[in-house]
Amino acid sequence: MQHQPPHIPDQGVFKAAFSLTLPIAMGYVPVGMAYGVLAGKAGLSAVNVLLMSVLVYAGSAQLVAVGLFASGAALASIVATTFAVNLRHVLFAAAMSPLLRGWRKRELAAFAFELTDESFALHAARFGRGDRDKALTLTINVLAQASWVGGTALGLLVGDVMGDGRAFALDFALPGMFLALLAGQLAGPSQVAAAVAGAGLSLGAAALGITGYGALAAGLAGAACGFGVEKWMTRKPV
Amino acid sequence: MDDAKACLTIVAMAGVTYLTRSAPLLALAGRTLSPWAIRLLAHVPAAVLAALVAPALLRPDGRMDFGLGNVVLWAGLASFALAVRTRGFFGPVALGMGIVAAARYVLG
Repeated sequence: MQHQPPHIPDQGVFKAAFSLTLPIAMGYVPVGMAYGVLAGKAGLSAVNVLLMSVLVYAGSAQLVAVGLFASGAALASIVATTFAVNLRHVLFAAAMSPLLRGWRKRELAAFAFELTDESFALHAARFGRGDRDKALTLTINVLAQASWVGGTALGLLVGDVMGDGRAFALDFALPGMFLALLAGQLAGPSQVAAAVAGAGLSLGAAALGITGYGALAAGLAGAACGFGVEKWMTRKPV
Repeated sequence: MDDAKACLTIVAMAGVTYLTRSAPLLALAGRTLSPWAIRLLAHVPAAVLAALVAPALLRPDGRMDFGLGNVVLWAGLASFALAVRTRGFFGPVALGMGIVAAARYVLG
């Protein structure tokens, strides 16, 4: 690995990062706007709406949280749901870990703060083709988050003219994101089984009027089902 | 919820989110989790995402709705089909939002 100077990235790195981040930003700005509009309408203050994009920086978890804030959910329920929705990051981080061997602790800590579905996909592809530049990696992450926070601010600004946002289908942004993320997860029968079990149990819980932790519990039980199916499929012949 | 409590909630959300992103990088540092833990964790995303999205599609107004008027369901199926085919992310979301917005405009 070549040594990177510790000072601010030069213009070359910035340019390269900008063009690599552009496709991510083209998605983050509109979805960030949807979050900004909906969060503003959920009764959060503008400062809190922006704070969430700066500190949490996880699109789907933020949109779920907005729905929970709007329905008056308790702190513990919002935090537990955020944790479950973001558990997939453990897998991304575990997959990146061997690629980032040799990085210092504080560099890893900075990298982890801005690890998202999209930045993981981009970095995994870059590192796969041998592009392991540390300054470029961290600059991409900062630019991607800047586009998310910028989108959020735009959403706060235009929120008043968007009405309840239904005419612009803003209420579809979250299920749409979940479906796209889900499609990327369904590699093999055990993953499909986990999804079907999670969906079925969640609908069952909703039909019984179990809200709040219902979907969360259904998801974890569904994961156990998928794990069981995989165990069964890879069992050793007796 | 008042602003201070909402702020506290957001900080706690940030804490658990950072935990999911940093723990494997900082704690593992080259080592790996036990194989069964990895396999169980590997099934959490699909199951949790499906559990969260299913009621949004099938119970948009708090009861099961397979009707043609449930535009979120039909847009969701189109979105999902495109995502499975292209592995894209924002294309499918944009398609679904376009369908929902157009259907609401036409249906009034």
